[in-house]
Amino acid sequence: MLIPASVGEVYEMAIAAFDLAERLQTPVFVMSDLDLAMNTWMSDPFPYPEKEPDRGKLLDEATLKRLGSFGRYRDVDGDGIPYRTILMDGLPGYFCRGSGHDPEAHYTERPDDYVENVDRLARKFETAKTLVPAPEVIDEPGADIGIVAYGTSHFAALESRDQLRREAGIQAGYLRLRAYPFTSPLEGFLSRYKRVYVVEQNRDGQMRALMRLDLPPEQMVRVRSVRHYDGLPIDARTITDAILEQEGKTGARG
Amino acid sequence: MATTEAPAPGKKVNRIGLEPLAYKGGKSTLCAGCGHNAISERLIEAFFEMGVEPSQVAKLSGIGCSSKSPAYFLGTSHGFNAVHGRMPSVGTGAVLANRKIIAVGISGDGDTGAIGIGQFVHLMRRNLPILYIVEDNGCYGLTKGQFSPTADLGSRLKTGVVNDLPPIDTCALAIELGASFVARSFSGDKKQLLAILKAALSHRGTAMIDVLSPCVTFNDHEGSTKSYSYVKDHDEPLGEVSFVPFFDDITVDYEPGSTTTVTMHDGSKLYLKKVAENYDPTHRAQALRLLRDTAERGVYATGILFVDSDRPNFVDLLNLVDEPLSMLPTERTRPSREALATIIERLR
Repeated sequence: MLIPASVGEVYEMAIAAFDLAERLQTPVFVMSDLDLAMNTWMSDPFPYPEKEPDRGKLLDEATLKRLGSFGRYRDVDGDGIPYRTILMDGLPGYFCRGSGHDPEAHYTERPDDYVENVDRLARKFETAKTLVPAPEVIDEPGADIGIVAYGTSHFAALESRDQLRREAGIQAGYLRLRAYPFTSPLEGFLSRYKRVYVVEQNRDGQMRALMRLDLPPEQMVRVRSVRHYDGLPIDARTITDAILEQEGKTGARG
Repeated sequence: MATTEAPAPGKKVNRIGLEPLAYKGGKSTLCAGCGHNAISERLIEAFFEMGVEPSQVAKLSGIGCSSKSPAYFLGTSHGFNAVHGRMPSVGTGAVLANRKIIAVGISGDGDTGAIGIGQFVHLMRRNLPILYIVEDNGCYGLTKGQFSPTADLGSRLKTGVVNDLPPIDTCALAIELGASFVARSFSGDKKQLLAILKAALSHRGTAMIDVLSPCVTFNDHEGSTKSYSYVKDHDEPLGEVSFVPFFDDITVDYEPGSTTTVTMHDGSKLYLKKVAENYDPTHRAQALRLLRDTAERGVYATGILFVDSDRPNFVDLLNLVDEPLSMLPTERTRPSREALATIIERLR
């Protein structure tokens, strides 16, 4: 998942999504929310993409010669990503089947083929962590708390940081998630603050739950939730008051 | 396990120098006697006789016993087993990405008539160049024999359950939606099915064929209207179907007046001899009438039901370049800086 916070990022992440989908050979979702997609936003002009499109690991004659043979699901490089061929490229074809398959894309019911394939997918997921966009981080040395936000919650989160400083003298570090799977800067951020607030616009704190699944429990013990889910776009006051309450201070609304 | 038979032995080669063996696939794991195996055999023969290059073929399928069959023919060709009922969208993407491919989509009466009915509707409207086969046995074979939407009213399962919903006639639906080539056949009629498949490969749009293909395990009993015995007894061929590809120098003897000739876009000729009662396969309304009449009499009209070889196909409508999109270099596909700047200016 790529998580844009502005129309400019939607543009950049759409381009990145194609590259990542081809590189990782996996579907990529650009999580553009309704607020971003249906309202009118200001933006800087979109820059022309200088980077060439990344077609990923397409097999060619030279690679085929080096490898000796073609196996559609063979992890030749250890990154979990095999080579692929496309129709009429002059290279061997394969049947992309819905049932169990071995590294050569043949039908199989053997348990070790299945384990080998799903383990390969786990390796690919680790590779994805090195390729997806890193979070945007603003550290506040000496601050006790950190705020994690994503998507269009960004603007309210920034404003809330200012309100916390002005009204209660509370400094906060800030991390804006820009992709899933989570990358190492997130764990680093969690370890630098005494308490971290994950700001989200859903009832159940889904991003925090996802973090709890993926990150070590000793990290998550300090992670709390700020949830806004009344159907309207989140505002800074909601975040500020929720943090002040959980910090044991009263908010502007008492 | 059943095996698909190779065509007649001998070192015969087709017009591109390939033997029948080049068109075979893996061993079938469908039931012995399954209609789908016969269809796979006819496909192997059709591709061989038409001299199709296997590396140019894209095999597509949904989910079901029908959709397993691409593994059993054209073993060296690319194939894609899509999710249930979604083969049309995948096929559309593939053909648009590379307009030179010869797409063959294998589906079933469940994959097309139930979960895939939405995608089927729009595929028929678009006239995408694809050979689309519904392997029709009136039941969900892979999941052990529940009624499918093509099961006839009053037909019975082995357990005695009676179907009380009227059937979807996929051919009538296709014709109604504007499909350009619609046929119905029977897996047990080798000659007719082979001729239809070859004509379909020559057609420049969607060639939709509903092939009655009995399920020996779940729907071949007394009370089924899709069993071998029922279909044989109730099959009313519209006439004898003959197909002469453009590269064959054959003269066909026929009596003018009793034969309808359709010239395909590539010059191939489709002959429909002794057509029933002045039936005209180029007349859409008449085809629908015929299907309604035969359904009411409880019989299956088989043969070429409707053909319009001039209708523009989806690739024509989209005005794609001649070269396959998937092979274009980035210099041809990336818009210029000026193009982006123009769009941005419009948004100021």
